[in-house]
Parts: sequence; C-alpha cells; structure tokens
Amino acid sequence: MSKMLKTFRKGGIHPPEYKLTGKNPVKILPLPEKVTILLSQHIGVPAIPVVNKGDTVKVGQLIAQGRGFVSASIHSSVSGKVVKIDSIPDHTGYKKPAIVIEVEGDEWEENIIKSTDLRKDITLSKDEILEKIRESGIVGLGGAAFPSHVKLILPKNKKAETLIINGVECEPYLTSDHRLMLEYGEEMMVGIHILMKVLNIRKAIIGIENNKADAVCFLKDISSKFPGIEVYPLKVKYPQGSEKQLIEALTGREVPSRKLPIDVGVIVHNVSTAYAVYEAVQKNKPLINRIVTVSGKSLKNPSNFVVRIGTPVRFLIEAAGGLPENTGKVISGGLMMGKTINSLDVPVIKGMSGILVLPEDETKRKSIEPCIRCSKCVTICPMGLEPYLLMPLTQNGSFYRLEKQMVLDCIECGSCSYICPSNRPLLDFIRLGKTEVTKLINERK
Amino acid sequence: MSSILLTILSLSSIGIIAAIILFLFAQKFKVLENPIIFDVEDALPAANCGGCGYPGCKNFAEACVNSDTLDDLYCPVGGQETMDIVANLLGKEAKQTDPRVAVIRCSGSFENRPRTNYYDGASSCAVASALYVGDTDCPVGCLGMDDCVDVCEFEAIYMNRKTGLPVVIDENCTACGACVEACPRDIIELRKKNKNDRHIFVSCINTEKGGIAKKYCSVACIGCTKCFKVCEFEAITMGNNLAFIDSDMCTLCRRCVTECPTHAILEINFPPRKIKTDKENALMKRDE
Amino acid sequence: MYGVIIALIPAVLASILYFGWGAVIVISAAVFSSVLFEFLIQKFLLCKKTTIHDGSAIITGLLLSLCLPSNFPVWLIIPGSLFAIGVGKLSFGALGNNPFNPALIGRVFLFISFPAKMASWPDAQGFQTQYVDANTGATPLSIIKEGLGKGDSISHLMDKIPTYQQLFFGNMGGSIGEVAAIALILGLAYMLLRKIITWHIPVSIIFTVVIFTGILWLINPEQNADPLFHILSGGILLGAIFMATDYVTSPMTGKGMILYGICIGILTVVIRRFGSYPEGVQFAILIMNGFVPLINYYIKPKRFGEEVTNG
Repeated sequence: MSKMLKTFRKGGIHPPEYKLTGKNPVKILPLPEKVTILLSQHIGVPAIPVVNKGDTVKVGQLIAQGRGFVSASIHSSVSGKVVKIDSIPDHTGYKKPAIVIEVEGDEWEENIIKSTDLRKDITLSKDEILEKIRESGIVGLGGAAFPSHVKLILPKNKKAETLIINGVECEPYLTSDHRLMLEYGEEMMVGIHILMKVLNIRKAIIGIENNKADAVCFLKDISSKFPGIEVYPLKVKYPQGSEKQLIEALTGREVPSRKLPIDVGVIVHNVSTAYAVYEAVQKNKPLINRIVTVSGKSLKNPSNFVVRIGTPVRFLIEAAGGLPENTGKVISGGLMMGKTINSLDVPVIKGMSGILVLPEDETKRKSIEPCIRCSKCVTICPMGLEPYLLMPLTQNGSFYRLEKQMVLDCIECGSCSYICPSNRPLLDFIRLGKTEVTKLINERK
Repeated sequence: MSSILLTILSLSSIGIIAAIILFLFAQKFKVLENPIIFDVEDALPAANCGGCGYPGCKNFAEACVNSDTLDDLYCPVGGQETMDIVANLLGKEAKQTDPRVAVIRCSGSFENRPRTNYYDGASSCAVASALYVGDTDCPVGCLGMDDCVDVCEFEAIYMNRKTGLPVVIDENCTACGACVEACPRDIIELRKKNKNDRHIFVSCINTEKGGIAKKYCSVACIGCTKCFKVCEFEAITMGNNLAFIDSDMCTLCRRCVTECPTHAILEINFPPRKIKTDKENALMKRDE
Repeated sequence: MYGVIIALIPAVLASILYFGWGAVIVISAAVFSSVLFEFLIQKFLLCKKTTIHDGSAIITGLLLSLCLPSNFPVWLIIPGSLFAIGVGKLSFGALGNNPFNPALIGRVFLFISFPAKMASWPDAQGFQTQYVDANTGATPLSIIKEGLGKGDSISHLMDKIPTYQQLFFGNMGGSIGEVAAIALILGLAYMLLRKIITWHIPVSIIFTVVIFTGILWLINPEQNADPLFHILSGGILLGAIFMATDYVTSPMTGKGMILYGICIGILTVVIRRFGSYPEGVQFAILIMNGFVPLINYYIKPKRFGEEVTNG
C-alpha cells in the first residue's frame, strides 16, 4: 500500500494490543437462571418500569419506558417472571433501580423474526424507521451508551454530509466489534443503509484500524454490493475510537470545543449500533443482547459471547473458564477506559463491550511520585490539554481556572495516566475536576 | 568636588520626580474606603478560613459594615465574643448564636465494617466516592482518605489509623465548616457545642433497611425506633430508617445511648459511667 | 531518570579517558556527596520520606562534576553539591518543584565563589594518574576572549587553539564533561532514540547559536570566531543536551521548548561575545529557567478543534 494510512494528528499512544480473541468466533451464551436489568443503561433520564412484580414477560417485551427526549426504553431479554423491582448495586457498588426476572423457557414476542436470513430491502419510511429505533431502545454500543435516536434527529439548521461508522475498536483486548464485522458484516451494511436513509445522505465511511486486516478485506469485498459505503483502513493509534479523533482522522475536520460532530456535518455510529439498527428495523428485534468480549491473559478460554442484557458477569466469566485464582481486578469495558467492577454479580448492560480479567501483578498501581514535568502527558494528550496542570488545579479546588484550561474537552481516554512516568493518577482527578466544573456551570445558569 | 555635587543633584532630582509621579498616581487611583472596615478586620481572628461564607476576613468585615443587621453574619472562629466586639464597633446588635462543633457521623471502623474490596486508586475521598462505593459495602460511610484532615486549618481533625476514621479535637474546632464541605459523603455535621463539649449523636447516616445496614456495618443505625421511644424530650426524630437527635432539644440524659442495640449513638466527653454492682442491680430489679 | 544516567556514560568514559584519576575523583566525589546530602537533608532536616531512589541526585552530581575541571579540590566539590542539592533543589520542595537546574546552581555557585579554581583547566592529555599536578591551561574560549581583549585577530588566535578534530574528540582544555563532543552527541542520540527527550530544545539551541555566530562571523571574521568553533568549544553541547533539557526546568510544550532554546542560544552568544565571561551557557540556561513558568503560562498546546480546518 503506497498511500499513507490515515490517523488523527495530535497526540495518541500505542498500548500493547492483546487482542487474544480476534480469531475466536462468537459463541451464543446459554440463558442464565436470573437476569438483572438496570433501568439506567444509557446517558440521560432512567426509564420507568411498566411491569409489576409477579408479571410474566416474554423476550423483547417492553419492561421500562424511556421518558423525555434523551432516554431509552428497556426490553426484557428473557422470558419469565418479574421477581423484584428494587435497587441493585451496579458496577460502582452504588444502588440503582433495576428489574430482576427469573428465566422460564425462551418465549419470544410474536412479531420478532427469529430467522437469520438477510433482509436487504428497506420497506419502512424515514419516520417509521426513526420511531422503530426509538422504540427498540437502541443506544450507542461503543461504550458511551448515548441514545441513538437522539443522534439521528438533526437540529433544523444543520445538515449531515457524511455518516461515519466506527469500527476502530482501539482499546486493548476488545474484539467484539471485530468479530461482529466479520460474522455479521452484511447485516451491518444493511443497518448502515438504514441509517443513511434516515439521515438522507449518500455517503458513509467505515473506519477500521489496520490491525483488523481480515475485517477490512471482508468489508471491502462486500461493499461493492452496498453503494455509497466506503471502507477506510486506519493506522493503529489509541484513542482513535473516540468520536472526535475518528472524525479528524477520516475527514480532517476538527469538532470545536464543546460542539457536536453534526456541527462539522458528520454523524458517527458504532458498527454494533448499525447491526442493532438492522435487527430492530428489519427483524423487529429490540436491543436485548450484544456481543461481549471476555478476555484476559490468565483466563482459560477467552471468548466473544452473544449475551442477553442483564446476565450476571459471573456467568460470563464461568463460561470463559472460571475466575483464575490470582485475579486482581475485573474490568468492565476496555483496559484504558473501563472501570473496575465491585462484584461479579453486576449485570451486563447495553454499553458493556468487554469484561477483562486481569491478574494481580498487572493491576497493581505503582507508587505515586512527584510530577517531574516531563511534558509527556502534554505531548500525548489527543485533545491538546495539559493534564499535569489539571490535576493540581482540581486538588486545590481552582475550578474557575480549570474551566479556562478547557478541562471539559477531556475525553477521558486515560492516555495521560498510562504514559506518566511518575504513575500519577491524572485521569482520576481530571474526572473529578470535570464533574465539579460541570456543577459550576450548571449553577451559573 | 563638582562630581559630588552633580551626583547629589542628579539623585535628588530623580527622587523628586519619582515622588511627584507617585503622588499623582496615588491621587489618581485612590480607593475610598471606610476606615471602620479596618477596625472590624482587626477585631476578627484573621484566619481567612472562609467559615463565614466570605473569601476572607476583609470581605467579611466589609459585609459587616455594609449590611444593616448582623443577623446573617457570624464568624464561627471568633464566636460570640468577636461578634459582640464587632457589634460594639458598628453600633449594631449581634444575634446570639450558640457555638458549634463538628462531629463525624460514622462509626464504621475497620473492626465494625467489613472490607469487601481493596482500593488502590488516588488517595482522595472525592475521587474514590465519585468512582465507586468504597472499600466496604456501605455507600455512605467514611472512606478514610484524609480529605477532611487536609482542609482543616486549625489542626482540629486527625485520622485515627487504627480505626480508619477521623477524630475531631473539640478544643481546636471552630466550626468553620471546611470539613463539611470537603466530605463527599456528607457525614460531618456541625452541632451545638454543649457544656464541657459533651454531645450525643447518632453516628450513622445509612438509610438502608435494618437488615441490610447491619450487614454493611455492625454499628449502623437500623431504624429500630428504640431511642425514639425512650426519649422523653422529643429530641429524636425518625426518617428513612434513621434516627436523628436534635441538639437543641437534647438534654444529654443518655437514655438513648444505653437503649441503642447497635451502639450507633455515641456519647462524647462524658465521665465514665458508674459500673453498677451486683447488689445495686438486684435492688433495681426488685424495684421494677 | 536512569535513562539520562545511561546517556551520560559516554561522556563520563571520555572524561576518564582524557583526564584520568582526576576525573574519577571529581565525579565520584560529586555524585557521592550529592546523594548523601539529599539523603541527610530529607531524613533529618525535613523529616520526610527520602527520594534518593529516583536517581535525580545522581544526575545532579554527575552533571555538576562534568562541568568542573579535573583538578578541582574535593573540599570544594562538597559545598558545591550541598548548594546544588540543598539550595537548588530541596529548598524549593524537592524533585519537580525546583525552578532552576540544581547542577547549574552548584556550578555557578562554585564559579562565582572560587573563580581562580574554576579558571585553570587541565589539558586533556590522555589517561593520567596525577590528580592535582596536571598541566593547566586556558580553554579555547578563554584564549579567544583574552586574545580579542588584547587586540589580536581571530585568524591569528586560531593557531593557538586546538584543531576542529581535536575539539570534536575532546583533546583540549576544559571541564571534564564538555570536552568530548562525540560522547555528548552519542548521549543525545541515545536519549532521542529512547524518547527520553524530544529534539526541540537541543536542536533549537544549537541552531540558534550557529545562525547567530554565523551572522557575526560573516560581518567581521577577524573579530568573531566561526560557528563550528562556537558549537564544539565550551559547554554548549553539554548544556544544550543535558542541562537545558532537564524535565523539571524546561517548558512543557513543543513551541515553548523551541522559544526557550532560541533564547538560550541568543543569550549564550551575547554573553560569550559581549559579556565579560568567556562562557555563557550556564547563565543563559539559568536565566531562561526563570522564564519557564511564564512560557508555560502563555504558550499553550494547540487545543483540539481550536481552528476548524477544512480537509
């Protein structure tokens, strides 16, 4: 390939990839005995339960209605009896409202088409599709879990030119999007066509990091059948999967501070989201399962599983060979941005793309040394911020200055904490600073 | 000779010109200030702690001078004495305010509250609290990472490493409220300072149901209402499975302390209780 | 931090090769006393956790010794390193908080307090076993400076100083670390390869010195030495590669680093050419160290999305 591969310009790091499960086909996980479905799996207002304790529900039945604009509905992922509507600790350990369903059989709603045939013709109109996506509770499956229909309704004076489909998966270990592109590529392409129809645009770009060469080749092959969709391999660099970085890498446009991608005429959706859109629109299937990578060097069988939402993490880890003895941390999400989970009984949520089991010696934080101002964090920050400065400003409570230093632009990619030679917990404090500054701004309104 | 003269002349002329410039600038940028502000500021403790709600003592002095009444203004460090002096200076009336002291409403020491996981992140309660529930299951308990100790300017609070809980030194505490602000879990409360610094309070803010709370921590308030029933002065209120003792109503009778089944109610700075002999116990039983 | 020590190994070896025992004694005395003072002050005076394990005291000692003459008495090295560690670093709150490069603080302290001792530079004459009795002479820079002062012309003075080849390999009088240009460039290559430092500071300093001295040389080659001589003689390479690039006392952004480097280059040449000292790198770096907070305050990295570019 003579042409230089594209990537974003500023900053970025190259963590070891550890894509252990890239070659493992997706396995369908058997049903657990009980699922716990959290009512707040998305950014925005939590959904309100519409079932009562003791009700019998089917797979795909609406159990909680999203309220307000930025919210998403939640559907039962199993059939069975609602045994509890209560607060359950989520991955942070804090209690959040949830619905617990005991599994009985596997009875699906009648209108869901269970066959795996590809349905290529898009029969619904634009508004019908949008309504379908909203009803199906689809959220961004890359990790942020932002309700997808909100992104598809454009502000009146803005026009989308390009749809970018995010197949970057720059996080170490994770391979769920990679496998999805390989195994459900055609379905995903139809999903992209549906999204293009809703947005009324002709051009879509799939950005894929070059370490997934098989996925790039496969999608390039089939893209001839799907007009308007182009596949772009990208140079491997973290955090390319971040919306703003991906847009810059593919189009050269930079989304200004505190603006949305639509402000530069771009809409970004994840590959898994495109697949979920296909299933919702063509098969009437709401978002009830997703692909989760269960990985870690100490695990016996690291795998990619199709998992029903609400399955306890313990169940996934057991299917991957059980929890190794020397486990130090279990992380939900990717190695860089994921969060340690507090208990293995935490359920799978819509935005959970991976479960990582890390041995004790790998997770131990090294002792924190003073900042030597080596400027590494400034060099690698993809947003052009100064993490070395943001941390002490947060510690000292100088939130006005923090706001001026554009702390809210931080995408929390964790590159600064990763690169710091003094092992300073930069991101931990920057995250705190962001919350405080947001509070400050809200107070001002 | 002439060089000496020249030196004297040139230096003094520089001095005069500089003096004129300084004088002109002083006139131009003169800030008119009420001199009484300085008097008030002198009367204040100059701790600049922010406990009054103003950034510093100067700002508080300005507020005192400019406002009509001193009702909303109170310097917690100086206390009533200082406010009386300020009131005297300004010819205003100072409201009578009871001195207060900070108390830690959590007794979840290492012994009482089982650790369920190990935290190795940044050593800051604010960070840990934003991240997750903490190294025990209790979502409201003390995290023990010195946020309150770090903000205290009066060395009135220290961390007991054996229990993992902060301890307030009542003599030093000025009730400036810095620790109350700093605590992400809101377990520090300012309460009325009683005679001899004695106080009784429910040392728990967990609102879970009894069974769950007890699982988190053996000294949690389980909302059993026993103290509520035993209190003769209506000082105890119940809400959300949690008892609260109103320090204004409490007469420090200590009945609730003995009644509490989980020892969640603490008595501080009381003389040790007399241990009743077997004979007295027998007498009491007979009386009942 | 230990990467910098590895990068200094060629310079240390070259100095031992050229100056023999004198270099060994000076280097070991400075390193040992720096580490010891850091340990003693932190342990007993500040009653804090000691941080000698981070290697910064070793670097300070090494850098201090590398800019001393090989016959420098040990009883002066000890106060030098005490000043470097105590005043230069620990009084500001230990590693990461010192505004000035501690090694340079120590060096300037010795240079100003004991100018006579710091002006007699033993010639590099291969490995020698004598310590104090080495043949001493002036550095090429001071030969030029004094000669120009007396009204000599450069072309005449050039005969008195070593050839460029000698300058490159370090066969001249000078402080033990600065003589061998090749060893310092090896260290630079290592640090760039291992990404310990970026190219910005060394390149901008050297580039500025070349440009500035080149202009002066073109204007009047009889009064000004040529750029190559300026680069290879004196402490420019040592300063540009190891002193100015010190993490703590250099700016955080690439743009800031280049500005910092350019200013150091200009100041160095100004002091060398117009000032009263033959060498100006140390003062130039210290002066610019003082401006680093200002540079950090005003020169910010380009924020993402600051200017919308249409690609």
